[in-house]
Amino acid sequence: MTAMAPSTVDYARQVAEQVLDPELPVLTLAELGVLRAVELAGDTVLVTITPTYSGCPALDEMRADLRKGLREAGFAHVEVRTVLSPAWTTDWISEDGRRKLTEHGIAPPRRIGPRLAGPVPLRLDPPSAVVPCPRCGSRDTVELSRFSSTACKALRSCSACAEPFEHVKEI
Amino acid sequence: MSFDNAYEGLTAEHDDARWAYGSGFHDEMSTVDREIPSTVDRADLAAYALMLGDDALILSQRTAEWCSNGPELEEDVALANIALDLLGQARLLLTRAGEVEGAGRDEDRLAYFRDEIDFRNVRLVEQDNGDFAQTIARLLLFSSARLALFVRLSASADPVLAAVAAKGVKELAYHRDHAAQWTVRLGDGTEESHRRMQAGLDRVWPYLEELFTAHPVEQRLAAAGVAVDPGELRAEVDAVLDQVLTAATLTRPDVAPMATVSGRAGRDGVHSRPMGYLLAELQHIARSQPDAVW
Repeated sequence: MTAMAPSTVDYARQVAEQVLDPELPVLTLAELGVLRAVELAGDTVLVTITPTYSGCPALDEMRADLRKGLREAGFAHVEVRTVLSPAWTTDWISEDGRRKLTEHGIAPPRRIGPRLAGPVPLRLDPPSAVVPCPRCGSRDTVELSRFSSTACKALRSCSACAEPFEHVKEI
Repeated sequence: MSFDNAYEGLTAEHDDARWAYGSGFHDEMSTVDREIPSTVDRADLAAYALMLGDDALILSQRTAEWCSNGPELEEDVALANIALDLLGQARLLLTRAGEVEGAGRDEDRLAYFRDEIDFRNVRLVEQDNGDFAQTIARLLLFSSARLALFVRLSASADPVLAAVAAKGVKELAYHRDHAAQWTVRLGDGTEESHRRMQAGLDRVWPYLEELFTAHPVEQRLAAAGVAVDPGELRAEVDAVLDQVLTAATLTRPDVAPMATVSGRAGRDGVHSRPMGYLLAELQHIARSQPDAVW
């Protein structure tokens, strides 16, 4: 992409919204819901992101990719900030993001709504909710492990097409 | 714009911002309201953040020892994920501790250049892993207590602790469920798995009491609405543990709490034998090459 004359915060936002997530590169940071704000302060673009998990190792890659993308788009001064609150939730993954995940063989998270006040209920059985197979659509799938190749995903298997698949687990 | 390869930035960007150790990386919380409530004693707040951060750091280190040694690949990955979550919590809390202390110590300085007596973690987290059942037993006790703690701490008068806790609740809920489900699977499994799960619980149970024992720092900060008195957690955590043990056909261990030294334990820097070995492994690279960056 050739650098254009950066004039507005809208353009900076457009550029930032196109940056891909390093670990789920089928999604942009905007679709993943980690891009919280893009503002202009003088000639500095201020980008605010939030981590998915406390220890998400991709966070520093996101910073670097945002700075690189914005610099290449002509913004000389870029500052990427991290905000912890409110905590990221998979409910912030956009409809487009959910569709793209499915198309790439990753089951999107279900919508969970805000956490209820009080103690977190213990779950001794695997979640009963149906997670359809992103490949064949079968609802006959099982959880193999609640943890997978990245902190944000669980590992499942489809009983119909016998393929394993990943599932962005709800938080 | 976008990259064809999401990792292009790795080679294109030449700053050090993405490397944790030796980078001076400390802007994790740049837009969290970092004001310290005026009623709060700075030394106490720094000490408290260090306690919670050290618990996570040391258990992260222990749990990561399973990496490549797990009983199956999925479990190897699961324990590594849990260790990573705890490391993330530790980094945020140590950063906060250093910032509030105001003596110029960042997360790396606090993790790598303190001696054993200056660590404030409970003794449960430093114990050797033992077998898989013992590791699961420890995770069950720790995550049950920390989840109950973080739910309450989400309402802390300190905005950073509140934010770290609210985020941590989501992670700890997965850790506790994972440990609980394994406890049931092993306890209600074969004769051998039952025996080893019970033995694992018996081994770690003496350290449970320390999780509910309030340090004077915690008592003072709890009164100020910043911390949680861990004694308040006991009933809730006991109920969770009883629920798990019942489903797992296991017996609540009838053991005396681990002895203290005149009432002093991990929160005062009084640790057990495995701690020194753990720190040697955790710290030796940083201490051998104190100016290293990469």
